Amino acid sequence: MSTDGTGQDGADTPSAGAPSTDAMADIHGQGRGLVQLITPSGERVSHPEFDPWVQDITDEQLCSLFEDMTVVRRIDVEATALQRQGELALWPPLLGQEAAQVGSGRSLRADDFVFSSYRENGVAYCRGVDLTDIVRVWRGNASSGWDPYSINMATPQIIIGAQTLHATGYAMGIQNDGADSAAVTYFGDGATSEGDVSEAMVFAASFQVPVVFFCTNNHWAISEPVRLQSHIQLADRAAGFGIPSLRVDGNDVLAVMAATRVALDRARRGGGPTFIEAVSYRMGPHTTADDPTRYRDANELEDWAAKDPISRVEALLDRKGLLTAALKQQVKDRADAVAREMRTGCTTMPEPQPLDVFKHVYSTPNSWLDRQQDHYTRYLASFGDPAEAVSEEGAR
Amino acid sequence: MTQMTFARAINAGLRKSLENDPKVILLGEDIGALGGVFRITDGLQKDFGKHRVVDTPLAESAIVGTAVGLAYRGYRPVVEIQFDGFIYPAFDQIVSQVAKLHYRTRGAVKMPITIRVPFGGGIGSPEHHSESPEAYFTHTSGLRVVTVSNPQDAHTVIQQAISCDDPVLYFEPKRRYHDKADVDESVDPHSAAPMDKARVLAEGADVTLVAYGPLVKTARDAALAAADEGISIEVIDLRSLAPVDYDTVVASVRKTGRLVMTHEAGQSGGLGAEVAASITERCFYYLEAAPVRVTGFDIPYPYSKLEMHHLPGLDRILDGVDRALGRPNSLSGLEG
Repeated sequence: MSTDGTGQDGADTPSAGAPSTDAMADIHGQGRGLVQLITPSGERVSHPEFDPWVQDITDEQLCSLFEDMTVVRRIDVEATALQRQGELALWPPLLGQEAAQVGSGRSLRADDFVFSSYRENGVAYCRGVDLTDIVRVWRGNASSGWDPYSINMATPQIIIGAQTLHATGYAMGIQNDGADSAAVTYFGDGATSEGDVSEAMVFAASFQVPVVFFCTNNHWAISEPVRLQSHIQLADRAAGFGIPSLRVDGNDVLAVMAATRVALDRARRGGGPTFIEAVSYRMGPHTTADDPTRYRDANELEDWAAKDPISRVEALLDRKGLLTAALKQQVKDRADAVAREMRTGCTTMPEPQPLDVFKHVYSTPNSWLDRQQDHYTRYLASFGDPAEAVSEEGAR
Repeated sequence: MTQMTFARAINAGLRKSLENDPKVILLGEDIGALGGVFRITDGLQKDFGKHRVVDTPLAESAIVGTAVGLAYRGYRPVVEIQFDGFIYPAFDQIVSQVAKLHYRTRGAVKMPITIRVPFGGGIGSPEHHSESPEAYFTHTSGLRVVTVSNPQDAHTVIQQAISCDDPVLYFEPKRRYHDKADVDESVDPHSAAPMDKARVLAEGADVTLVAYGPLVKTARDAALAAADEGISIEVIDLRSLAPVDYDTVVASVRKTGRLVMTHEAGQSGGLGAEVAASITERCFYYLEAAPVRVTGFDIPYPYSKLEMHHLPGLDRILDGVDRALGRPNSLSGLEG
């Protein structure tokens, strides 16, 4: 690591294959280059500083990362389809961000704890989430999909950037406990404008707690380009807080893994927080309710399609002679199986019951709410079928 | 029994909680070496260390937001917001995170966070130091909101709040910090009256006077003064603002037939409105007069030389009592 924590030697041009589209042509393409280990054409380029961090990745593991990314993309495509078919109310696609999520997610230990935004369903997959739980929220059946303690991943955050404080607080707890695990928080480029993210970095730096700030710069916060959020590269903001940062090609699964491992290693050794900017691109809409054709250029999409995170690993595997028919079949089978399981879980999910609406507001009895529940129970009982009670045209 | 100030009583309660549960951790601005601007945490950092009594950078949203993370980790954070008017930067974390996470996680994640807030006026402070923001929080489901009016409650209820598995806002009436009273430190918080129970402080037959926090003392003084005029006031210290212990208030109003509610916060949308509506719903046929609210005005908290015009005092409360009783009062002859 360079002592200034930038992880780069001050190169003022992007490394090979770094983004160069219009959106990146201003400040976001200048300055520090990107850490890159696999080029978009699938060439494994050496990087003396970061190679050692992924030296242990075997061919088999590379195939496994390829499988993970393919499965995550399939989850995303399947969920988008479920939304189009009316089975989900909404879905926030992660198309194009598979390397950022899998590369980081596969670097974590089970006892690390993730605090993410709503888009990190690929990270959830790496944490071993039950597939049905991924879509539970988006079907409207619950406010959270999974028990956070079952996979050590908090319920995803919709309030932009709020989770960075939770991760920092959790890391304060890790520090108090004398443990060597880490908290990792995921957020986007838009979130970096939120006060909470700045406050989280202040606290993390002051207390030197084991937290990793993983910022996926996907270039768009709904319709707002990253250049509206920041006049400097996002990674460079960290220096102002005294937090070392890395700027990495977010579509390069190995580079992301190397950067995450660097940050986790620092955290575990008591070295405090690290900020990672993973430069990627949101290939899809913000959510299924969004229409990106209203605000962004199709050319931009084309440019980024050429840097696809999965095709470059596929090309690398091909170069290495690992992309066998058997591997392709195995990956396809796994993706199909996962998609099937998620779809079945989604469509057969038990419906919540009317009185569930009162559950878990408090963990102890509450006289106000208990009375409202009692009264509503009586009200519902006055209908033959509780569904009648909420019909729009009324039942009486 | 030990004579101690209100401030010292909270301090002693915090100390007990720190002693009894290693997961209790205090966070706030200036709470360490200084002991807090009101000295509520005096000496605690020295005795429990910097990792349990944490001086934080000046960022209220972060103080509450990191408390959320600590709660995720199994801690029981106690947060000090330095002054009532400084709580607003933390509003999102309180309302969207602290209050909702238990619900959002279907009960998997508990948020046993206590947020201590010195509140109310009467100390001659500049702006943002004398506010009564409790209604924002009583309106927020998922939170419990309590306030205390005397050193014994201050000592017991802070421990109950900390051991409660739900998030609790604990409002401290700062103008009473120096009031002294006997405190029995041996009271077991688990067997004492639960913090969500109101308390009848003085029995009376003619009017129910409901107060909380700083105005409980004023209400008691008003009741004593009224007794001289032959008016019998039942004074209730609400203690819990969310939920309100309506059973206690209803029983009283069914006896007296009249309700006067007082608080420092502005009137519109305040807790008095909630109590008046609920009591009207539940006691309509027992009421001899419309419920009366004696409250602060709907104004930004005024500069200190005028604050006593804003704050309900003894005579304004008695004027309200006169209204409830149909006796001559400042609004006599005014329709509606």
